[in-house]
This record gives sequence, structure tokens and C-alpha cells, in this order.
Amino acid sequence: MTGEQRLDLAALVRDRRTRVIVTCGSGGVGKTTTAAAVALIGAEAGRRTVVLTIDPARRLAQSMGLTELDNTPREVRGVENGRLFAMMLDMKRTFDEVVLQHAPADRAAQILQNPFYVSLSSSFAGTQEYMAMEKLGQLVAADEWDLIVVDTPPSRSALDFLDAPNRLGRFLDGRMIRLLTMPARAGGKAYLKVVSASVAMFAKVFTRILGTELLTDVSSFVSALETMFGGFRQRAEQTYELLKTPGTAFVVVASPEPDALREASYFVERLSAERMPLAGLVLNRVRRTVLDSTGTTLSAARAEAAADALSAKGADRLTGVAEAALRVHSEIAQAAEHDGRMARRFATAHPEVPIVSVPALPADVHDLDGLRTIGSLLTAEASAA
Amino acid sequence: MAAPISRARAAGLRPEISAGSRLHLVTGKGGTGKTTVAAALALALASTGRKVLLIEVEGRQSLAQLFDVPALPYEEKRLLTVPGNGSLWGLAVDPEQALIEYLDMFYGLKRSARGLRKMGAVDFVTTVAPGLRDVLITGKIKESVTRTNPDGHLAYDAVVVDAPPTGRITRFLNATREVSKVAKVGPISRQSEGVVSLLRGKQTSIHIVTLLEEMPVQETVDAAAELTDAGFRLGAVIVNRARPCVLPEELLEPGHTVDPELVADGLKQVNLPASLAAGLAREVSDYADRLRVEQENERRLGKVDAPRIEVPDLNPPVEISELHELARVFRAESEDAPR
Ligand SMILES: Nc1ncnc2c1ncn2[C@@H]1O[C@H](COP(=O)(O)OP(=O)(O)OP(=O)(O)O)[C@@H](O)[C@H]1O
Ligand SMILES: Nc1ncnc2c1ncn2[C@@H]1O[C@H](COP(=O)(O)OP(=O)(O)OP(=O)(O)O)[C@@H](O)[C@H]1O
Ligand SMILES: [Mg+2]
Ligand SMILES: [Mg+2]
Repeated sequence: MTGEQRLDLAALVRDRRTRVIVTCGSGGVGKTTTAAAVALIGAEAGRRTVVLTIDPARRLAQSMGLTELDNTPREVRGVENGRLFAMMLDMKRTFDEVVLQHAPADRAAQILQNPFYVSLSSSFAGTQEYMAMEKLGQLVAADEWDLIVVDTPPSRSALDFLDAPNRLGRFLDGRMIRLLTMPARAGGKAYLKVVSASVAMFAKVFTRILGTELLTDVSSFVSALETMFGGFRQRAEQTYELLKTPGTAFVVVASPEPDALREASYFVERLSAERMPLAGLVLNRVRRTVLDSTGTTLSAARAEAAADALSAKGADRLTGVAEAALRVHSEIAQAAEHDGRMARRFATAHPEVPIVSVPALPADVHDLDGLRTIGSLLTAEASAA
Repeated sequence: MAAPISRARAAGLRPEISAGSRLHLVTGKGGTGKTTVAAALALALASTGRKVLLIEVEGRQSLAQLFDVPALPYEEKRLLTVPGNGSLWGLAVDPEQALIEYLDMFYGLKRSARGLRKMGAVDFVTTVAPGLRDVLITGKIKESVTRTNPDGHLAYDAVVVDAPPTGRITRFLNATREVSKVAKVGPISRQSEGVVSLLRGKQTSIHIVTLLEEMPVQETVDAAAELTDAGFRLGAVIVNRARPCVLPEELLEPGHTVDPELVADGLKQVNLPASLAAGLAREVSDYADRLRVEQENERRLGKVDAPRIEVPDLNPPVEISELHELARVFRAESEDAPR
């Protein structure tokens, strides 16, 4: 058809050189579902696998035996011929652990209680991404896993996952934070010498707006952090580098909608610029007619016309069913046509990216069987091709 | 200048949208259609003769994209001309600009703005105090709702906000109150009372957009409870991308399967090959499964005490002509669209 390359996920997951798979994409496209399904394939292929999920839908989490955020890999029951472990990211706890590990005990206690730290570690946009990377780094370092599958946080842009850690790092390391918190650390005179008038003014205004308390919190947080900052920053950089190694594979997920595909394009281009290994695109929730798979076709327009003709004959219970079937088909055929167009457009723009399409299932995916269904759809095309 | 709206005109809305609301905030899970619905609602309000301002707050230029106009600067621009007396204006609130405007207004700091930005001051503020960003944005919203022209008339009859998603909406709306606890003096504290009472008052409706899918419905239920607990008033729950049910009732009963023979008989009557029947029967069963899931999700929405409005699923892309079609949903049924 379009001549695009098939993404062969079965081969990727089974390949013993593949150590880390990251699923990314814009909000709601199926990152978590894909991550879990891919992990299940890995486990059932005999690889000791862990999947790090982020904010999974409640029912899916429960079906994997995840009932609380506890950062501990739990073995998933019902896996055949292998072992799968799953965990949910607890970003605050992960942050706490980093602090505890890098700072001397008294400093650590000080940091953990700092109100500014509390808000930063639980709500700063980007903390979740940062902590997902941190956790990934830990899982790799633990060296207990054949395969680690990482889900990424819900965000509008797939790029956030790559950018956020850096943003947080830059922020904590930033000039501004140092300048603004200087008065508390160095006393007035030295401060005035270094800082330009506008910053001084800004600091004054800022203090007036938010009160001195917050600034004091920030500054004591920063000075406490100084002792551990090197390690902290270095860690994030190491994990980022890890993402560039050949054992890592990025799987980009998108739905066949313009917005999601646009994000996928940005992400694909970014990966290539960063020399990060892209495995390919999962085009998820693609609407298809059943007829296409049986080798017959009926266009939306013909189905609609036939339905009209049937209803003109006067509906009885018998023709009612056929009419409904034709109307349903017409609706699906139109949707399928749209999704096919979207897929072709992406494939034309990115001929180098291998693609696999997963049809939209009638119901949400919230148990192992559902994940297995997705898994077989993810791997079906490649083996058929 | 906004002409005073006559009663008949004001009543041009369907009853689930309170005609007395001057501020409509549209939230919902990411990707459910907040921007689309906010735009359609704004257009509906404009077509009833109101002067309407549509505001986006996430710095993504979604309005420019939807209305196919160049990127909006930080100032109000006319988006569309609407037949009749109404008009539709757009504003992309840029938090960075809002901060600078704010600092300039109260402290005359505009000159140093560029320097501050280069040093990351703005990043700093929005990071250290994410609430401050929301304070600035809600302050700007309040200013546009209450602004009057020199002749004393309100500048806008209605303001519609493409608001932050459900996960952040309560914090967004509460930001002013939170920050004003810390900032007891100064301009923020002075303006905060007005913002708090506007957002909680009778003139404000908070609409939640959802799809009939598990997670958007869950977030709708959660956000509705959170907002109500925090003392905000819900407007409508807007079920977006709703599809008309083309199936006879009995097909929706659980366990019902469609007999391919029956379909084949029908096909014969319109000269279509019977070989299509099996495939079509499968499609209907899958479709019925999906509708049952949607119905279940719809039942879960029953927990939310707010009127419900269905917005139909159109063929993408949604552009201006589709927006006009969607806008009709928000108008009173009896009233025809103006010529
Ligand atoms: N192929 C599919 N067919 C039907 N439903 C699907 C399919 N893939 C995913 N879903 C459903 O879509 C919803 C969103 O999927 P998922 O949670 O995996 O997305 P996500 O990208 O992780 O979202 P977020 O950005 O919010 O984290 C879930 O309810 C899931 O069950
Ligand atoms: N009723 C509808 N019929 C068809 N398509 C729709 C409808 N409503 C929204 N869409 C499409 O769904 C996509 C998401 O809609 P929109 O951008 O309005 O969502 P959003 O909630 O604002 O998303 P975000 O959280 O990213 O801001 C868009 O491509 C839009 O055209
Ligand atoms: Mg997810
Ligand atoms: Mg939007």
C-alpha cells in the first residue's frame, strides 16, 4: 500500500541487546497501554521484565496488582512462561530518595521539610519527567532486569520528557535563584555590589508580593542542596546519555489525529537530532472496517445509499438489522478512510520511520487479556508481512 | 462598544447555559475538546448579539490555529465577524507578558523587562511560585470581564476561557486566594478580593468537557467534586464527540449477537452480495460493544450534579464552518441561526 516499513516489535522485544524501551507520545494516545503490552510480550518471551508505569488508568493498575504508589516492582500474576514486574512511579518519594542518598543526614532532613521543596517535589511541571528518568537510571543500575519498559508522563508534548529534566536542572542551578537568594545568604552589601539594580528591584518587588517567607525557604533549600547538587545533576546527565545508547529503543505512540501526529513528527525529528535510537511509530486506535480484513469492500457512500433504500422499502424487524448494519458500516468506513489518510501522510513525511498500526478495540484495555490482545495486534502485522 | 442585549436575544441560549453568566470557563481532560468547545460556545454567544472575548491561557496559540489567523499578540483581536450585533474577539494571555505588564503597572519595571527575562527571572517566578502565574492570568480575566468603556457600558458581554485541564483547574482558580494569604499588602492583595468573588459568583460558570471514555469521565467526576468542595459553581458537563445511536435498542442488550443470515436477507433486497453479511454482522456487534461502554461511562457521569449537553462528533478537521455547526448546539432550539 504505502510502502512504509513495518515496525517489528516482536523482534525488538526479543532481541537480547534491547535493554530499555521508552514509550512516548502526546496525551492520551496509548503510551501506558503500549508500554504494558510490550512488557508483557517481553516477559512471555522469557525475559525478566519490569514496566515502570506513570499514572495508569485505575482498572489497568489494579489488574496488574498495583494498588498503591509505592515505587516497588510487584510481580504481575497471570503471566505465562515468564516473569513480569510492574510499578507505578511515585515522584515525590523518588525525589526524597535522591535527597536522602546525596545529602548528609542532617541536611537531608532539612531539605525534606522545606516547604519549597515540598511544592517543588510534588507539583513542579517537569518533576515527574525528571523522576521518571531518575527511576529508569536506578532500574538500569540495579542490573536485575533483562528488559525495562518505561512509560512517560501524560503531557501535551512528547518533547517534555526530554526537556523537563534539563529545565529543572537548569532552574536549580540557575543564576537567578542564586542572585535572588543572595541577600539571605550573604547579607546586604555584598549583594548590592554584584547584582544589577533591576534585579535588586525585582527581588524587592518579589519579596513584597510573595512575602519573605517563601524566599527564605527557597534560599535555605538551595544552600542545603549545594552539597548534593553535583551528584544530582550528574545523575540526570548520565541517564540522558543512557538514552542514547544502542540498548535503548524509543517507541513513539500516536493516534491517527493531526495533533498527535504533529507531536510525533516533532519527537521523531528531535530523536534524530539527539542521535537517540528510534524504533518506530505505533499508530494506535486506528479505525478499520471488518470488511477490509476479509478482502471485500463496500464504500461509505454505497452503504449509506443501500441503507436509505432499505428504509424506503418500509422497515420491519428484518430489514431493520440490515439497515443498522449498513449505517454502522458507513460510519466506520468514513472513519477508516480518515485514519488511512492520516497514516499515509505521516508515512510520506517520514519514510524512514517503521510503523505498526493497532486497531481501535471496542472497549478500553484494562486487564491482562486486553494487553495480550494489544500485544498480538502490535506484533501481528510484522509476522504477516 | 457592546450594545445592551435585549432580553429576547439573551435568551437565545439553551437553558443549560445560564444566560446570566458573563464568564464561562471551559475545562476537561487534555485532548477532550476544550478549545473546540470553548470556541463553539463563544461563537454561539456572539451569534446571540453579544460582544464576546475568547481567552486562551496556555501559551499554545490554539485559537490562531483554530480560527486560521496569524499568531495572536498579547492584545485583543477580532477573530470573526458574526451576523447581527455580536462580535467575537480573541486574546492569548501570555503569562510572561502578563507578569511584565503587572510589574510595569505597579512598579514601573518595564524597562528592565528584557534583562529580567534573559536572566530567567520569569522562569524563576513561574517555578518558585506557580501560583503567581495563575494569579496573573486570573487577574487578567477579571479585568476583561469587568472592564467598562468610557460610556460606562461593559467592554464585553461575555468572556469564554479555554481553561487549564481538569487536573489543574481547581488550583488555577484558587491561586489568587492562596497567594493573597501570603501577600497581605500590595496590588495582589488589593485585587484578590475582586477575583475571588468573581470566580465564585453567579456570573461565572465552569463547564467540564468530556468524552464517553473511562479516563475523561473519571477526571470529570473527580474535578466536579473538587470544584464543588472548593466552593465553585458548575455550569454544564459537555459530552463531546457524541454519536447518534443508529442501532435498534435490542442490539444493545448485553450478549445480543447479530445473525449474519438476517443481514444477508436485507442485503439481497438492495442487490448487495450476501458475502458481505458476515463482516457487517461483526461490525455491528463491535459497534454495539462500544456503545455499551459509552453508556456505562454515561451512567458514571450521573454522579455529577450538573446539566449535560451533547456535542456531536464531526468529521475532522474542525475548522470555522464546523465551529458554526457546533455553535448551534448551544443555542435555544426554537431560535434559528441568524441569516
Ligand atoms: N487500541 C486501543 N483500542 C481501544 N482503546 C485503547 C487502545 N489503546 C488504548 N486504549 C484506551 O485509551 C485510553 C488511553 O490510553 P493510555 O492510558 O494508554 O494513554 P496514555 O498515552 O498513557 O495517556 P496519558 O497521556 O493520559 O498518560 C485508555 O482507557 C486505554 O484503555
Ligand atoms: N466535536 C468534535 N468533532 C470532531 N472532532 C473534534 C470535536 N471536538 C474536538 N475535535 C478534535 O479533537 C482534537 C482535540 O480537540 P481540542 O484541541 O479542542 O482539545 P483540547 O481539550 O483543547 O486539547 P488540549 O488538551 O491539547 O488543549 C482536535 O483535533 C479537534 O479538531
Ligand atoms: Mg499514561
Ligand atoms: Mg486546547
